Amino acid sequence: MKLLYFSWVRERIGRDEEDLALPAGVATVGALLDWLATRGPGYAAALADRRAIRVAVNQDYADESHPLAPHDEVALFPPVTGG
Amino acid sequence: MIEVRIQPHDFDVAAEIDRLRAGRTDIGALVTFTGLVRDMAGGQPIAAMTLEHYPAMALRQLETIAREAEGRWPLLGGTIIHRHGRLAPGDQIVLVAIASAHRHAAFEAAMFLMDWLKTKAPFWKKEEGGDGARWVAARAEDDAAAGRWLRET
Repeated sequence: MKLLYFSWVRERIGRDEEDLALPAGVATVGALLDWLATRGPGYAAALADRRAIRVAVNQDYADESHPLAPHDEVALFPPVTGG
Repeated sequence: MIEVRIQPHDFDVAAEIDRLRAGRTDIGALVTFTGLVRDMAGGQPIAAMTLEHYPAMALRQLETIAREAEGRWPLLGGTIIHRHGRLAPGDQIVLVAIASAHRHAAFEAAMFLMDWLKTKAPFWKKEEGGDGARWVAARAEDDAAAGRWLRET
């Protein structure tokens, strides 16, 4: 899957995107966030407050129960502040 | 019918109004909203603001919001422009221009579009002040403003 990071999520993780194989046992957005938070201190810092994280799957907003497929584009970012 | 554009460069409000009006006399009301970069935030002066965005999703969200407005009000045309990149105080950030036969539909649709855009379109503002740069936090008031339109469906 393709992961995209924006705003301070991008800065804390230290990269703007990465390609990953969907890990075994990770079937939902919530499980993906749990797994990402274990990948290192930057990830843990980015995901420390889960209420501040918004997730989009294939460019539509998704909640933590949303299922994931191997070729999904998953984006993590804070609440939006445009306009 | 409502055209959506995301671009780094500036826009000309008068030219956008002319484009919406060109060759037609059925439009009785044309409302425009222009969002600008302020020179202060939280009592501190701002030197610049950078707008980051998620290009594919931003376009998709703005198109979805535009189609929603078209379904709710009898509109005769419209334009949404959102800029990205580094902007200075006084620069234009966003334009919503809406044409209708009557003013209420045009006012309401323009307000709806801005309220939904601010809470759904994936853009993030980073302000540069004297003491460094910081990401703008989302405001509860913006969520409340967007929420008003949910109850009216």
